[in-house]
Amino acid sequence: MRSAFNEELLEIARKDERIFMVLADIGYGEIEPFAEAFPDRFYNCGVAEQNMTGVACGLAMEGKVSITYSIANFPTLRCLEQIRNDVCYHNQNVKIVIIGGGLAYGALGVSHHSTEDISIMRALPDMVVCCPADIKEARAATHAMIAHEGPFYYRCGYKQEPDVHAGVIDFQLGKAIQARDGADVTLIGTGTVTFRALQAAELLAAEGISARVVSMHTVKPIDREAIIAAAEETGGIVTVEEHTVCGGLGSAVAEVVAEAGLGIPFRMIGIPDTYVHIVGTHEWLLDYYGFSPEGIAATVREAL
Amino acid sequence: MDGEKLEQYRNLATRIRAHCLRMTHRGMSGHLGSMFSMADMLAVLYTSILKVDAKNPEWPDRDRFILSKGHGGAAVFAVLAEKGFFPMEWLDTYYLDDGKLSGHISHHVPGVEFSTGSLGHGLPVAVGMALAARKDDKHHRIFCMMSDGDCNEGSTWEALMFAAQHNLDNITVIVDYNRVQALGKMADVIEMEPFAPKLELFGWAVREIDGHDCEQVEDTLSELPFEPGKPSWVLARTVKCKGVSWLEDTVGSHYGCVNDEELARALAELGVS
Ligand SMILES: Cc1ncc(C[n+]2csc(CCOP(=O)(O)OP(=O)(O)O)c2C)c(N)n1
Ligand SMILES: [Mg+2]
Repeated sequence: MRSAFNEELLEIARKDERIFMVLADIGYGEIEPFAEAFPDRFYNCGVAEQNMTGVACGLAMEGKVSITYSIANFPTLRCLEQIRNDVCYHNQNVKIVIIGGGLAYGALGVSHHSTEDISIMRALPDMVVCCPADIKEARAATHAMIAHEGPFYYRCGYKQEPDVHAGVIDFQLGKAIQARDGADVTLIGTGTVTFRALQAAELLAAEGISARVVSMHTVKPIDREAIIAAAEETGGIVTVEEHTVCGGLGSAVAEVVAEAGLGIPFRMIGIPDTYVHIVGTHEWLLDYYGFSPEGIAATVREAL
Repeated sequence: MDGEKLEQYRNLATRIRAHCLRMTHRGMSGHLGSMFSMADMLAVLYTSILKVDAKNPEWPDRDRFILSKGHGGAAVFAVLAEKGFFPMEWLDTYYLDDGKLSGHISHHVPGVEFSTGSLGHGLPVAVGMALAARKDDKHHRIFCMMSDGDCNEGSTWEALMFAAQHNLDNITVIVDYNRVQALGKMADVIEMEPFAPKLELFGWAVREIDGHDCEQVEDTLSELPFEPGKPSWVLARTVKCKGVSWLEDTVGSHYGCVNDEELARALAELGVS
């Protein structure tokens, strides 16, 4: 997905001279084409994320569109106040891109697990929070991000993630995309883990449970209509996010459900309120924390 | 220094490197260059400098060693296993599913003081420990091993100003100064030179050494603090991935691991079969 992101960004930058990449010593093997094509719009600040974000904001203040880019928590938590006070409060065109959301960096350990980013970024006024589910969404989201005026958080996968959507997608910020229809329950996912929700829906179909699967690629602003429709038409919701259950997608969906007064079966699948210090690959950790298709299906059964 | 001691350091450094080669090869993980760059210094530190006890890793009067460049953690795991802090077999589980050892250094491992992985966190914490030691009238020392990238971070500069302000002469920084970062050579990212004079102006006592010369490392670290009332800073010139000829001083050595054929070749270069 990160390659797809970089390809799209490069294409956009060829036509849009406002685009700057402001990095903090990360991007090896991915950002070189941009650096070579636009040496005067590419800056490596060194391992200095606060400065990276401030510089990006200064450029944006003068009419540029800045992309900050690094892995996991470095362009978010390592410079959170620069994001809040400088970028968001001044409503600037800074696009924060992380590579490897959730547990993507697996065995690298806790410092490299981005597991609170959605809730923290979601709490900032004027920030858009976007977690593409597959490469099609990632490509479309890159264009949507640049077209959007203002702060933007883009949580990018870092592998060759499988497609969640068959065929062409209609990607609009704040509009969820249905990957599969169903009548008994809705699985709402965000980010690349949504693929596992789709696999779970297949398992459930085999036992006669018809599950709708929705990609909530934009966690903020969230698609209220899709959530209310899911509740009314399928009668139950299970959220799936590669992120702590504190304050992320599940919480955002629950806010909508509760405010709408919809008393429906509801479960949140996420990482429990803990640091993942057990050691393992991305896929292994996901299975361990209940994101296997079987694990998701079991939670759905329990909810119904 | 007697030849026997030097031989001891060299052998341990070689074993650390061999472990790191096998660990990163098995788990197909990165950062080999970071590990090889500081292997000689770790051999000296854990043999002669750090007062630590493998049988009692929580001994209150131990010297504290913080690896701020947590991505090189495998090398510390290797030296800790060699020194008996935990079973050697744990190394075989590095980076693997349900393994004992993660890619970055972790305080869940006996002998490891502090978890890092995000650069620029080590020094402020080390400074806090140094402050506590002085307040409690303790005589253990605090060591912090940092990288070029660590020195880019503002937090490092905030901490080093604070340490000088408070005359913390119980703290020693060692910079693994290989001048290679993650996206390029230091000269092309943020040039730190003239580095030693900068640090001196900031109130630190600085020595510049060859970080692969075990004798020089031992001599230097045996003379702490360099100046009473000042924190000590060792600028250790190193070569990234020192010991694997075709990877030395390359940015690429920060990433991939060696394949089967390269593993054999690299072990042969180390003189390990
Ligand atoms: C705050 C932060 N930003 C980015 C990274 C990603 N990263 C890991 S190592 C590294 C730089 C590696 O070079 P250096 O610091 O010189 O370490 P060494 O050469 O000793 O391996 C970077 C940017 C990080 N670990 N922490
Ligand atoms: Mg370096």
